Amino acid sequence: MTGASRGIGAAVARGLAEDGWPVGVAYHSGVEAAQAVVGEIEASGGQAIALGGDIADPATADAYFMALEERFGTVHVLVNNAGVTRDNLSPQIGDEDWATVIETNLSAAFRMTRRAVPQMLRARHGRIVNMASVVGLRANPGQANYAASKAGLIAMTKTVAAEVARRGVTVNAVAPGLIDTDMTSELDGDLLKVVPARRQGTAEEVAACVRFLASDGASYVTGATLSVDGGMSA
Amino acid sequence: MATATPEAVESRIVEALASFGPDVEQVTRTATFEELDIDSLDLVELAQIVEDEWGVELKGDDMKGLKTVGDAIDLVVARAS
Repeated sequence: MTGASRGIGAAVARGLAEDGWPVGVAYHSGVEAAQAVVGEIEASGGQAIALGGDIADPATADAYFMALEERFGTVHVLVNNAGVTRDNLSPQIGDEDWATVIETNLSAAFRMTRRAVPQMLRARHGRIVNMASVVGLRANPGQANYAASKAGLIAMTKTVAAEVARRGVTVNAVAPGLIDTDMTSELDGDLLKVVPARRQGTAEEVAACVRFLASDGASYVTGATLSVDGGMSA
Repeated sequence: MATATPEAVESRIVEALASFGPDVEQVTRTATFEELDIDSLDLVELAQIVEDEWGVELKGDDMKGLKTVGDAIDLVVARAS
């Protein structure tokens, strides 16, 4: 579970632990927050370890998996949730802000997926859930880099899903809309006008969808993008 | 990690390929993957088995050149030695 120290990621990590999965709580900068998530999971009788690293570094995926395999064995569920924003109107997005967002949100998810899939194939079981976004489905001015990364995740989800489907490995995306987290705390209140539900979602409402996609009940769901956006993309 | 003797590699690879569908007696050194209905996803899984068993890493380009069961056995034996 990448990007697991706070927001949606922390809620998913707690939820998957509640469902009985030992959880790797991967984080970049929030070491204390990640350890707090691990502590909460352990206090509830679950198993978790904190995994620090920069997901944009190509070596990080292997380091995470080595640590997880040593502690818990084969990784059966991968949630690619780590994401950053560097918002600006397109003419003002520099090469660095473009590359940072694509590397962190899309390339890192690919490297994690590439590392996870062979063992899942051997296990004849695997669940990969990619955290996309409503902006991968509809326009949001100021987020060309973020939108491209999220639309890329959706396309990657479909393709990898088709590649591995006959081995019991599913690959799906969840596309949250406006969710009440640190990432959206500075957004303009007028944005709620485009949400038919007229409220922000909660991290737990997104986590519920990830938990479903990771469960046995979702065994025939693959290549899908599940919108969790109060109707925003409808 | 197990020692990659030619006999051990052949036996494990034949076993792995048979687990993907064909009858074990069909999996001979001269049988082609096409004849055995072994596709690219099966070969990806075979590469993972080879890496887990003998630490031999096979890349996509290595696998693309393989046509027969014997090709795969020879490649792994060569890489492991």
